[in-house]
Amino acid sequence: MANFYLDNKDLQFHLEHPLMRKIVELKEKGFKDRAEFDYAPVDFEDAMDSYRRILEICGEVCGEVIAPNAEDVDKYGPSVVNDRVVYAEGTQKNLDAIVAAGLAGLTLPRRYGGLNMPLTLFVMTNEMIARADAGFENIWGLQDCAETLNEFASDELKDEYLPRVAAGETCAMDLTEPDAGSDLQAVMLKAHWDEARGTWLLNGVKRFITNGDAEISLVLARSEEGTRDARGLSMFVYDKKHLATKVRRIENKLGIKGSPTCELVFTDAPAELVGERKLGLIKYVMSLMNAARLGIGAQSAGLSEAAYREALKYAHERRQFGKAIIEFPAVFEILSNMKAKLHASRALLYETTRFVSIYKDYGYLGRDRKLEPEERTEMKEYTRLADAFTPLQKFFLSEYCNQMAYDAIQILGGSGYMKDYPVERLYRDARIMNIYEGTSQLQVVAAIRHVTTGTYLAKMKEYESEARYPADMGDVFKQLVAMREEYERCVEKVVSTEDGEWIDFHARRMVEMAGYIIMSHLLLQQATVCDDYRNSATVFAKFGYGKNSEAAAYIDNACCGIDPFKKVLDERVEDL
Amino acid sequence: MKALKIVVLAKQVPDTRNVGKDAMKADGTVNRAALPAIFNPEDLNALEQALELKDKFAGSTVQILTMGPPRAADIIRDAMFRGADGGVLLTDRKFAGADTLATSYALSRALVNIQPDIIIAGRQAIDGDTAQVGPQVAEKLGWPQVTYAEQILSLDEKEIKVKRRLDNGVETVTAPMPVVVTVNGSAPDCRPQHAKRVMKYKYARTATELQEADMDYLGTLHGDRPYLNIVEWGVTDIEADEVQLGLSGSPTKVKTIENVVFASKEAKKLTSADGDINELMKELIASHTLG
Repeated sequence: MANFYLDNKDLQFHLEHPLMRKIVELKEKGFKDRAEFDYAPVDFEDAMDSYRRILEICGEVCGEVIAPNAEDVDKYGPSVVNDRVVYAEGTQKNLDAIVAAGLAGLTLPRRYGGLNMPLTLFVMTNEMIARADAGFENIWGLQDCAETLNEFASDELKDEYLPRVAAGETCAMDLTEPDAGSDLQAVMLKAHWDEARGTWLLNGVKRFITNGDAEISLVLARSEEGTRDARGLSMFVYDKKHLATKVRRIENKLGIKGSPTCELVFTDAPAELVGERKLGLIKYVMSLMNAARLGIGAQSAGLSEAAYREALKYAHERRQFGKAIIEFPAVFEILSNMKAKLHASRALLYETTRFVSIYKDYGYLGRDRKLEPEERTEMKEYTRLADAFTPLQKFFLSEYCNQMAYDAIQILGGSGYMKDYPVERLYRDARIMNIYEGTSQLQVVAAIRHVTTGTYLAKMKEYESEARYPADMGDVFKQLVAMREEYERCVEKVVSTEDGEWIDFHARRMVEMAGYIIMSHLLLQQATVCDDYRNSATVFAKFGYGKNSEAAAYIDNACCGIDPFKKVLDERVEDL
Repeated sequence: MKALKIVVLAKQVPDTRNVGKDAMKADGTVNRAALPAIFNPEDLNALEQALELKDKFAGSTVQILTMGPPRAADIIRDAMFRGADGGVLLTDRKFAGADTLATSYALSRALVNIQPDIIIAGRQAIDGDTAQVGPQVAEKLGWPQVTYAEQILSLDEKEIKVKRRLDNGVETVTAPMPVVVTVNGSAPDCRPQHAKRVMKYKYARTATELQEADMDYLGTLHGDRPYLNIVEWGVTDIEADEVQLGLSGSPTKVKTIENVVFASKEAKKLTSADGDINELMKELIASHTLG
């Protein structure tokens, strides 16, 4: 029996992190649910025991149902019949299995029929499902929309929609339009209040909507007539039962083919306002997007896991020149780096998840009672860390998963290029990760603030002061200190120019430098409690050291400024 | 149709499907330590049939009845995680060494206590492969039996209609109620464990397990939540004749055991049907024999 949880020691390691105690206590608020719900935990150990069991169930569904369906889902994909989406047969079976296993509504409160699991668990399920079928992970991950409803919607809306999500109905977030992609301020889909019908009505077109024909959709729409910016946008919830949208088409994509990407036409579609008017983009979408970015990090990690396993297996089995190809340095170097990147980026993913989890749950706690001053301070600190780490993890995880899929094909060689092996699907699926929910370039824009204001630097120094590393790995630790000093010097050099364009030009390099140092520290810390990470910590620190030296050399190189790079602006297609 | 009291006969077996080289001991007996103990696969098919009846007829209950060592309570818990309401574990040293005759006698005594409306069992267990226990239980109770069932098509107070899977096709039969049905592996797979049920029933314990557990709050929990108690019966609870139990009640004698090493590779029979040919092509392409 394939089980994607039981076969993954790294995932199991992250579940046992010391901060889980705090996370569980915040989530369970004194374990008071046990009086009302027969499936609520009585204490921390009980909760953790349940988490392991739930992950095991999910791991089995992934290994036994979702992964075996992935090839056919990729091949046949969804279709549009009478303006509605019909999932691929395997996709429907996956959904049925998830519901039969009672996994829907994983993080929702018990009073709505949810399982009240912490975010860490949700991220882990995302990861395992993505390893089985990256496209299907989108449909699963979109239950995050219910979290947004839980956070911002009225009690009436929550009572209406959340139990349905917990029963297995699917969600969509309808943001993008033909002229509003990265720049969501340009959203034009119109919402107007219809006095006669006593409801908001939506009219317009949405494009590139993942799972666009979901039962429950969150729609960003222009509710304030005559406005053109973010302040005129509100968030609505649309119920498919109205049948007032049509799926015009499903996009024919490079990868994640099982996930239907829809063009939707809204015609007088009745919808309910979520939260307050005008806060749609400014507040609610930002929250939704941050959660989605964590989701993509998890999706990327799962895909990387699948790529690494395929490559490792093949490298052991394939024999050339009289030996297994893994015995050649050129091959084992690739595989070692893949493993180190997988461990490092997963460490970053779960570190971020813990930060997000804690600040969000303080937020919920703050609704039940007034937070103590030290709790407020802590919430603020974790909010800032979540803010800094979310784009960093999205950037690294999604870029790495592309590199991992690329490397996996390289290990498999000609066979990897063929449809006979799953790595070509992984390669196609990976390509969207660093594009949707904010491209890597936009993640750098979000992260660079924390380079210039010093959030990352402070965290590096904190890791250094804790000095957690195995006694015989002092040299690796010293290397990280040297990397931090170089990072500080490079940042100072670039930022002190006070030239915005120059800072933007080097932004990616500085964010990457920060990332390598932070991930190396996290691995080194893991190596102090578990020997399994000693090797990855060493390999990754060496890899990061090389990367950061390259970035520093590039920043230091005085042969030219930005001008030669701007010449491309003068190029015209018609001149080619 | 009124609510049904359904009993599923199940057995915890060593997983003989993926045996390694240490699966047998030198003396020719099964090395149980090397094989994980699992829910007998066709008993899971039986459980699914039972749970479908439960879904269909409101108020119905599904109980597992199993005979085995104390750790066999694991499969009762597993069944509860998937949808069963509870179960009875027949465990007693006097049951040990039972062949199918002694087993079916013990089970039938327990069933007299439980008084179910219908009994569903897996066709056979993967350790003994006899397919005798279900039919013997029916005989001992004097109930009709339907074997090799793939689907229960309909059921009312008087009659059950069942689709059977045979070597060369299917047949549909009816039988008067109450009835013993044994279910084939070709029937639908059992539903997975359900997250909420796992959390609700994970502390289900037999009285013996409860005594051995070192968790303080388990006792209190069991007091508050009676559904966590797994019934445990010994010989006296089922008022059985001890001579008919265990070794003394088992006429089966193992004469010799042979270690068979296959001389040729696994054979496979294919028809000329399109489906079979497609499957073969897929297999050959996957193994790179072709393409």
